[in-house]
Amino acid sequence: MNWEFIVKYLPLYQKAAVLTLKIGIAGIILSFLIGLFCVAVQNYRIPILRQIVVVYIEISRNTPLLIQLFFIYYGLPKIGIRTDPEACGIAGLAFLGGSYMAEAFRSGIEAIDLIQFESAYSLGLTRRQTLMYVVLPQAVSISMPALVANVIFLLKETSVFSAVSLMDLMFTAKDLIGLYYQTTECLFLLVVFYLLILLPVSLAGRLLERRLRYAGFGT
Amino acid sequence: MADTILEVRHLMKQFDDLMVLKDINLTVHEGEVIVIVGPSGCGKSTFLRCINALEDIQGGEIRLNGELVSKESKNLAVIRQKIGMVFQSYELFPHLNVLDNITLAPVKVQKRPKEEVREEALALLSRVGLSDKAESFPRQLSGGQKQRVAIVRALCMKPEILLFDEVTAALDPEMVREVLDVILRLADQGKTMLIVTHEMQFARAVADRVIFLEDGVIKEEGKPEQFFDAPQTERAKEFLKTFTFERKHKE
Amino acid sequence: MPDLGLEVLFKGKNFARLLEGLGVALRISLISVVISIVAGIGVGMLMTWKNPISRAITRCYLEIVRIMPQMVLLFIVFFGTTRVFGWNLSGEISAVIVFSFWGTAEMGDLVRGALISIPQHQYESAYALGLTGIQTYQYVVLPQTVRRLIPLSINLITRMIKTTSLILMIGVVEVLKVAQQIIEANRMSSPNAAFGLYLTVFLLYFLACWPFSLLARYLEKRWR
Repeated sequence: MNWEFIVKYLPLYQKAAVLTLKIGIAGIILSFLIGLFCVAVQNYRIPILRQIVVVYIEISRNTPLLIQLFFIYYGLPKIGIRTDPEACGIAGLAFLGGSYMAEAFRSGIEAIDLIQFESAYSLGLTRRQTLMYVVLPQAVSISMPALVANVIFLLKETSVFSAVSLMDLMFTAKDLIGLYYQTTECLFLLVVFYLLILLPVSLAGRLLERRLRYAGFGT
Repeated sequence: MADTILEVRHLMKQFDDLMVLKDINLTVHEGEVIVIVGPSGCGKSTFLRCINALEDIQGGEIRLNGELVSKESKNLAVIRQKIGMVFQSYELFPHLNVLDNITLAPVKVQKRPKEEVREEALALLSRVGLSDKAESFPRQLSGGQKQRVAIVRALCMKPEILLFDEVTAALDPEMVREVLDVILRLADQGKTMLIVTHEMQFARAVADRVIFLEDGVIKEEGKPEQFFDAPQTERAKEFLKTFTFERKHKE
Repeated sequence: MPDLGLEVLFKGKNFARLLEGLGVALRISLISVVISIVAGIGVGMLMTWKNPISRAITRCYLEIVRIMPQMVLLFIVFFGTTRVFGWNLSGEISAVIVFSFWGTAEMGDLVRGALISIPQHQYESAYALGLTGIQTYQYVVLPQTVRRLIPLSINLITRMIKTTSLILMIGVVEVLKVAQQIIEANRMSSPNAAFGLYLTVFLLYFLACWPFSLLARYLEKRWR
């Protein structure tokens, strides 16, 4: 292992990691919002929008992010929709993640017995109050493992961003391998940086799951 | 005669092709305890659910203090505050502790001050012997304890009428008593109650009036002594026989 | 009507070439799925063992796969092995190794989940009826786990197909690469070919994955 090389190119990886994280976090927040919007549309049975959401979820879940990015970045400019690489990365991640988040929320809500709604209604809670105080807290707790898995999944998916010439971790690694042929060192740095990003998320997610695990253990 | 609290007239309820309730009429007066008995599938639970507008109805009307109870009512949430309901499966909220389960609706729905509600909840809890469980979560309680909490949760809304839907059916036998005792004490305090149950001894003790429901119709109605000792209809006699046992060829 | 660059598709053998590229991706996913399912069943059973050593190893394995992007694994196998061991693995072989490594862990976790979801009293009531351990597995446990597993394994197929899109990055000539080549070759005659071709690739992937998703959902509903 050539440590000199590693120290020399560490800052480059740091910069790339920051970019990966920036786009990852922005995309994840957006997918969260898209997911919430989709379940709201489905729950309140809003016509037309509902069908659009169904089609969106099917398309998003059945195509790879890499292809989505290629289409957004190289295809869309030909009909006049131009995005810079960062915006394209965020848009692609949000397009992919939105449907995964929506499914996680939906399964959380579906896991709650109808009679829990009824017992809230019988106490005089309105539909909105029931959703706020009774359904959502339980749904979030039930969906938490799926939501955490989605966050990790989306952070991992950021590894394809190099395809649209974003200078992320993969791009940096590939570039340096091509330039200096220090393969071991480059790959070592790549793994270390992904571990630094994903290990804390994975651990924090597990803690969060444990703290929120009140549902599903008998009412 | 005391004031009428609940008035049910010509109530009809249909699930698809199945007519579950056919022309039910019932008047409940203040302080009255009415027990509804009948074979399973006769519509007892559906009847209670209709009174709380958890089911839409196909005919007739239900009035609480003269106000129409219906799924379409604009102020349904307001009416439901006046009707307390306790379910067979307790339905405590698993993410809230006992105290928060009880105070959620009084604070959020009735906008009462949190401190006041809290004190009332603690007082009620101690009356059902659960003062030490205020901070516990539902999953840490036994079935009987959960059901007592559910009763307190309903009581804390100061409802004008309480509905009990087979509240002991899911409980182990040794826990049935602690729940029924609570209901008996409520009867002594003059609470207006509508109770669906399979516990005939309890029905006899707690009821001011017994209603026998079968095939969606009230077949018989009367004082508990009269109903249990000298039922008028054949159907009621047969139904009551299912609760006694004898061996045919015992020496 | 703006030029959408769709006419390039029908020029010469372009469309057939695209399908051929898709075939490469599908072949790699199919091989990897088969390996993953077979190996995954073994790993899944291993995961339910109480033995602390097998537990620790399978946990580590699962954790690595969970955390490392498949792309990173692909780089390690494709570039790393050449450097460290002097092997010269082709892109396709590297892809099969990585996707099987990944799929086996995923499948193993599904198998583990299905196995532990069978409640203890199912085993007990089978023993109480006098069934032997093997009979219990054969008649009681396996039929229930298989029903749970089949829809989930089909979902794994769609995920595998989607993941194979990554092989472009290690130089395997698959559908996306073919599209790039066609676009490049027709840069002068149809400058908008990128739109039409990437849209087509998008749809091809969708058409490859969607039926599996529908089937998995159908089976899940039917067997619930």
